[in-house]
This record gives sequence, structure tokens and C-alpha cells, in this order.
Amino acid sequence: MQRPLHPLHAVLLAGTVPLFLGVLLGDWAYSNSYEIQWKNFASWLLVGGLFFAGFTLLWAIIDVFRAAPRTARQVIYVSLLLVLWVLGFIDALVHAADAWASMPAALYLSAIVALLAAAATWLGFSGSHRGVAP
Amino acid sequence: MKRVICLTFFTLLSACGGRDADTAQYGSAPPLPDPQRQLLPTMNIAKPTEWGDRKPVVPPGYVITAIATDLQIPRQTLVLPNGDILVAEGRGGRAPKLTPKDVIAARIKAKGTSPAKGGNRLTLLRDADSDGTYEVKYTFAADLDAPYGLALIGSQLYVANQDAVVRFDYQDGQVKANEPPTKLTDLPSAINHHWTKALASSADGRFLYAGIGSNSNITERGMTAEVDRATVWQIDTQTGAHKTFATGLRNPTALATQPGTGQLWVVVNERDEIGPNLVPDYLTAVQEGGFYGWPYSYWGKNVDTRVRPQNPELVASALQPDYALGSHVAALGIAFSQPTMGAQFADGVFVGEHGSWNRRDPSGYKVVFVSFQDGRPAGEPVDFVTGFQTDGNTYGRPVGVSVDPRGALIVADDLSNIIWRVTPAGPASTTSEGHQQ
Repeated sequence: MQRPLHPLHAVLLAGTVPLFLGVLLGDWAYSNSYEIQWKNFASWLLVGGLFFAGFTLLWAIIDVFRAAPRTARQVIYVSLLLVLWVLGFIDALVHAADAWASMPAALYLSAIVALLAAAATWLGFSGSHRGVAP
Repeated sequence: MKRVICLTFFTLLSACGGRDADTAQYGSAPPLPDPQRQLLPTMNIAKPTEWGDRKPVVPPGYVITAIATDLQIPRQTLVLPNGDILVAEGRGGRAPKLTPKDVIAARIKAKGTSPAKGGNRLTLLRDADSDGTYEVKYTFAADLDAPYGLALIGSQLYVANQDAVVRFDYQDGQVKANEPPTKLTDLPSAINHHWTKALASSADGRFLYAGIGSNSNITERGMTAEVDRATVWQIDTQTGAHKTFATGLRNPTALATQPGTGQLWVVVNERDEIGPNLVPDYLTAVQEGGFYGWPYSYWGKNVDTRVRPQNPELVASALQPDYALGSHVAALGIAFSQPTMGAQFADGVFVGEHGSWNRRDPSGYKVVFVSFQDGRPAGEPVDFVTGFQTDGNTYGRPVGVSVDPRGALIVADDLSNIIWRVTPAGPASTTSEGHQQ
């Protein structure tokens, strides 16, 4: 049986959604306006997103190893977070390219990463619902 | 760590593990490969090492001596009429760290520079008995703000701080400024990503030319940060009024007026992060009103796609520089030679090359000589002072170069904080060794 998410785990997980959504919006605004400050916002929000996602991933990995029996949902959740973090890290390297050199790759990657964050959050919390059921 | 990242993203990183294809990018028509876009820029940061018993290497028939040590980040030098040498010492730049990349890159690049604090002063070196040993060291002026460019016009000594051109009264033989300097004009200094302000005087002494570098590699701080940047100003020495003399020069780090013709020449540091063999730094005669590409294009009309919005009209007017020095060599010094430097090096310019970071196989880290024919650069650059970097160790990094008309090349080294002096080893010249303390 799955237990509900620890409150701190929940905060870290849910935090990835607005952060990576902010990255996507920042990239979208830069690609439409050429205003570099939007890209700066996106770059920092991405660091924040990776920070939250990194600890969420760590927590999830520990959970999955401690869990017995291990559910398929848990494994998918961890895998999503792992892919999210790796793509997010590559996105950060892409953002480090100067000015327009990061485009359009940054926009596409940020869209994928934002979707993955939403999916991982959905999965993480819906799993805990079942956990609290008697 | 770097190796791990390289392996992880091997398929994404074209340059990992390999060597930079070494294309000789010299002269008026250097080969220009296609730009490369890499997930991580290729980096090879200098590993600072003490000189010990080593010295830079000079051609046969020449001698090199350290004439001053323990300076505080020497950048540019000026040989005064009586033979004294003025050294500008300092470290400038106020660029805030805007992005996560700025934070990380600043830490990495700092490893390849001297830990010494910038002196913000002018030091005067004197060889009273003309034996080649500069036995006295005076502080000519202190409390300057990252002084760099130096020019003497008559009895007026002009110094380009990172934010203004200031003026001292100077009489022959003087070792210390009598009073604080007066300001001739402010220079663009907001952010100051490229903070060095180069300086040269016109042949008639009426104008100063100031080189003002860009505020970014390639506009990543936004277009508004680039107003009045990447330009050379012409400044009236009487009024301090200026006009923009030439534009599109990414980082015009050193200026010199050609003897005889009075033509202004410049060495320019070009952009990074589009591959080991892009873009060549260059030496060029500065044409009044000329646009040299930055940021929209490089080496004439090759469009840099990293800049938005683009400007095709301006690109169409971009001038091609005269002479490529090679990519990422970081030319920071220029000086016209004189016949006293010996027959092989009599007609041309010496160029101090600080050295690369954005390359696997380092380039630069030496002083080269570009010979001139009929007043124009011709042929390949010839190594004049080398040995600053061997076997992965970096002992020094050349910056400004000056020619002493009596037959010596003065080289400022801002890694080991030494001033080097290279002389022809003739019977008339001096061969004294040893470091002057």
C-alpha cells in the first residue's frame, strides 16, 4: 500500500509545476519580444525548478527502494522525475548559450519539461489518494 | 567532471575528446568554418604556474629580462621620452552576474588569472644609468579607477580609466604626479563587461582615440546595454568633446598610430562560443565612419544568427578587417616597431596575445610580429616572445606591448605581474640578467 506523500515531498513536487511553467512562459515571451530579460527570468526559474525536482527525485528514489511491494505507479513516477530532471538539465545548458543561440531548442525543451512536471505531479498526488483509502 | 559530462552528452557535443582542427587563420582572407553550436562551450583554462628559473623564449640574437616584478596587474605600458616606463595597473569591470551561467563562468575563468588585487595606479620604472636594469620603481599616481590606455601629448599625460579619460601634467624626468588628475571626458562605463579603455593620440596631437569594448559576448545583456559600446571615439583634447569614429568593433583592446602615415590601427577581440576557429581576432586600420560588424556580423558580412533582431541593412555596410590574427588569441597589445629592433623586426607591429579559454588547444599566449610592406600587414605573423605556456602550465599572459625607440620591446604580463624587456643582443645593448625588486 502507498502512504500519502510526506508534506515536504508534496511541496517540492508541486513546486516544480509553477517553476517550469514560468520557464516556458519566459522562453515564449523572449522568442516573441527578443527582450533578453525574459530569458534571464527563464534561466533562473529553471535553476529553481531543477533544485525542487532534484530533491523530489531523491525522495522518490528512496521511497521506491523502501517500498515493499513496489508498485508500477511508483516506478513510473520515479522514471518521469528522472527524465524530467535530465531534460531540465540539458535545457539549462541550452539556456546558457548566449542570446538567441538557445532558440528554438530552449522553447521546445521547456515545453516538454513543463508537461513532464505536470504529469509527475498528477501521478504523485493521485497515487497518494489511493494510499489514504482504508 | 568535464570528462563525465563529455561522455554523457557525447553525441551532442561534437568537439568532445578531439582536438581543434587547426586552420591557419592569418592574413586578409582567413578560412572561416561554419559556426558550431555546442551544449557546453569548449574550455581550456590556463593553469597558473610560477616562472621559477624559466623565462619567456625570444628569437636567437635577442635577450629577455624581467625589469619589474610584484606589480599589481600590469596591463599597458608607455615609454616616456627620457626612457622611463609608465605601467598602468588595475582590474576593472562592474558587470553584475545576471544569469546562472555568469555565476559559474566567472568562477571558472578566474582560475586562469592572477589572484593579485588590481593596483589602480601608474608605476614608473627608471633605468638611470642605461644599463638595462630598471633599478627604481616609483608610484607615479594612485587611486585611479582601473587605468588602462596611456598617451603622452607634449606635456600632457592622458590616462584612460575604466570610466573616464583623465589628464596629468608631466614634465620630462618627473617621477610622481604633482596633483590629482583632471577629467577630460567621461567614457561609457555602465556594466563594463569589457572594461578596458584603449587610448592613442593622433599624429598631430589634436585628438585622442579611445577604444570602448562591447558590454557582452554577443548581446546577451540586451541591446540597450550596447549603446556607445563596441566603438572607437575620437576625443578633442582641448574640449573633451567626442564623436564616434568607428563602430562594430567588439572589443578594441589596443590602438596605435602608424608612424609616417598617421593612420590609426587597432587590434580587436572577436566573439566566442561558435567554435574553436571562429571568430578570428584581427588587426585593422580604422576607417573613419566604418562599421566592422559587431554584433550583427563577423569578418565582414557573415551574419551571426545569435543576435535578434537582426539588421541586414547594417550588415550590408560591414567592412572586412585587414588582417586576421587567429581565433581566440585575445590580442591585447599593439606597438609599431622601429629599425632599432633589428632588421627582421624593423617594419611592422608587435601584438601581445593574452591567450584563449574557448579552445581545447590553446591559442595566443605569446607576442607575435606582423611585418608590414608598403604600410600594410603582409605575410604570416612571426613568433617574437613565446614560452608563456608549455605542457599545460601557464607562466604568464602578455597584455600591452611598447617599443622603446632605443631598441627594446616592453611586454606587460598580467598573470605573473612582471614587465619583460626584449632587446637585440648586440654589443651595444645590455644583457643584464636578474629580477629587479
